[in-house]
Amino acid sequence: MSNILVYALHHEGAINKNSLGAISTASKLAAELGGEVHVALVGEDISDDVAGSVGKYGAAKALRVNAPAGVAQPVVDALDTIASAGDYGYAIFGGGLLGFEAGAGLAARRGGGIAVEITGLRVDGGQLVAERPILGDSSISEIKFKGFGVVVGRLNAFEVVESGSPVAVEDVAVSLSDASGKVSVVTRGEQRGADVNIEDANVLITGGRGLGKPENFSLADDLAKAFGGNSAVAATRAAVDAGWYPYAGQIGQTGKTVAPKLYLGLGVSGAIQHKVGMQSAENIVAINKDSNAPIFEFADLGVVGDLHTITPALTEAIKAKKG
Amino acid sequence: MTKIVVLVKEVPDAAVHKQVDSSTGRLDRSGEKTLNPFDTHAIEAALQLKESGALPVDEVVAITVGPAGAEKALHKAVSLGADRSIHLADDAVAGSDVVATGYALAELVKRENPDLVLLGQQSDDGQSYAVGAVVAENLGWPGLTQVIKLDVSGTELTCERQAEYGYDTVKVTLPAVISVGDAINEPRYPSLKAIMGAKKKPLEKLTVADAGIDASKVGAEGSQAVWQSAKQPPAKSAGEIIEDDDTAATVEKIVNWLDERKLI
Ligand SMILES: Cc1cc2nc3c(=O)[nH]c(=O)nc-3n(C[C@H](O)[C@H](O)[C@H](O)COP(=O)(O)OP(=O)(O)OC[C@H]3O[C@@H](n4cnc5c(N)ncnc54)[C@H](O)[C@@H]3O)c2cc1C
Ligand SMILES: Nc1ncnc2c1ncn2[C@@H]1O[C@H](COP(=O)(O)O)[C@@H](O)[C@H]1O
Repeated sequence: MSNILVYALHHEGAINKNSLGAISTASKLAAELGGEVHVALVGEDISDDVAGSVGKYGAAKALRVNAPAGVAQPVVDALDTIASAGDYGYAIFGGGLLGFEAGAGLAARRGGGIAVEITGLRVDGGQLVAERPILGDSSISEIKFKGFGVVVGRLNAFEVVESGSPVAVEDVAVSLSDASGKVSVVTRGEQRGADVNIEDANVLITGGRGLGKPENFSLADDLAKAFGGNSAVAATRAAVDAGWYPYAGQIGQTGKTVAPKLYLGLGVSGAIQHKVGMQSAENIVAINKDSNAPIFEFADLGVVGDLHTITPALTEAIKAKKG
Repeated sequence: MTKIVVLVKEVPDAAVHKQVDSSTGRLDRSGEKTLNPFDTHAIEAALQLKESGALPVDEVVAITVGPAGAEKALHKAVSLGADRSIHLADDAVAGSDVVATGYALAELVKRENPDLVLLGQQSDDGQSYAVGAVVAENLGWPGLTQVIKLDVSGTELTCERQAEYGYDTVKVTLPAVISVGDAINEPRYPSLKAIMGAKKKPLEKLTVADAGIDASKVGAEGSQAVWQSAKQPPAKSAGEIIEDDDTAATVEKIVNWLDERKLI
């Protein structure tokens, strides 16, 4: 029960940063558990170079499975086949949508337990202990496993650390389950909307569902322009899913991670999945009419009020200040 | 004809302060409860499939696993338009983790043998986004989560969702388990008549034994993930709060705050 299996999510020739973080963390833990980290990659055109590179982050083995990428079922089939043939106590996923789905499927298939949104892992008495922030991060619970444990990390929770060199790639044959044959990816990673750059901005005005309608993004635009210089407009998933703003401008779990000098949210509730993408901002300001909104728990300056009256006035005041 | 099962959960009302029971490390589930808001999108999706004729739906059944009071969530579900509901209420399931809960739900789904299972993108309290995948795995059916567009053609679903690299379009063959994102629709409000009529729609109360659920696979005993006492994260200094009574004054305060930090 001492090895750890890690799933490496990849797309277009690159392994996801959160997966690399999971491999790095797992390699430290495996050493304490007296085992190894083995990494599974599932896809149809994964090169030797990409698969073997997992060794650089501490993996002892790179296990490549030739199966469709982009949906969870083949990943469950692959990891279950590998886990059944070896001595694995845990499986770790770097997070992301596929991590939640595949992790849950794997835990169910192997009769194990699962812990999601994990921000810390340690070994205690020969067992993994996972830290899970709950209640809007106001409290942390710890989770242990009786049997096989599946851990899904929170976005950006695990640091990427290079500690080794590439390893040889082993191909593993997996027979796919019935369910795997019933899901197929038609298109993957479609970038909806214009290609806006939010990662390099110093000032990010972020629009949420509270803007009410797409035209109201002009409030965010005008405010960003008033700041001038290196400012840009970003959005929440709710606003992007509604088609109000381009996907490239989305902050959060399935969007970008940003760390501007100033983050200013307009009608953003501050859901965890959004927070994980912007909590490193130096200054966080929020305008929201609901004093109970979670964003007020982590904003440096919270303004309880109607964004439709405050924002235009603020834009004018900043313009006046700059002269 | 087809049948849709919608999985719904009762959660603490968002307006109520949530806390943890420090003796068990679990959420304190006392206090005001409501239907998980994300699940109203799943109910709405089922109704739209039925009303549009996209699927020849003859029945929408709401199912929950939860304590005695959880039938309030079922009342809400039927007032929104579900035809009947099922409540697995048994002390034996208390303390079930995600895998155990999903197993129990899958057993309840099997008794109904629907063509489609719909559920919400996340529970407001558990927030594991994982129950759907566990239910699908237990049924041996395909599943997909966070779906924001659902088109049906015969027994094939074309689903869109946002995943880690952008939007994905995925085809799924029925029977299937689909969790829907909150962007999929705008849930309707129940009419007063529907609210009054809700109590008359059939509600079946089951125990673990009634449902043929293996009691050793549910409850705290049957759960493999063991939650332990909660601790507090390092304290973060509280931010400043401005209540906007007078917009000119509010704006001046914001500008000063920004100016002090050289952000303008
Ligand atoms: C697996 C998964 C991944 C996700 N990934 C992401 C992600 O990458 N990024 C992301 O952002 N979210 C993500 N989410 C969604 C996330 O959970 C939230 O639903 C989302 O962030 C909410 O966006 P919002 O704040 O714009 O909308 P809401 O939560 O609806 O908040 C709108 C806010 O506007 C306020 N408001 C309304 N009118 C006004 C007004 N006139 N003046 C002032 N305030 C007003 C309201 O009080 C409310 O607080 C993900 C969810 C899941 C399950
Ligand atoms: N106890 C339960 N009974 C019925 N449905 C549930 C239960 N727990 C979770 N669900 C469903 O699963 C979805 C995802 O929940 P979660 O995985 O906890 O985030 C919810 O939106 C519900 O539709």
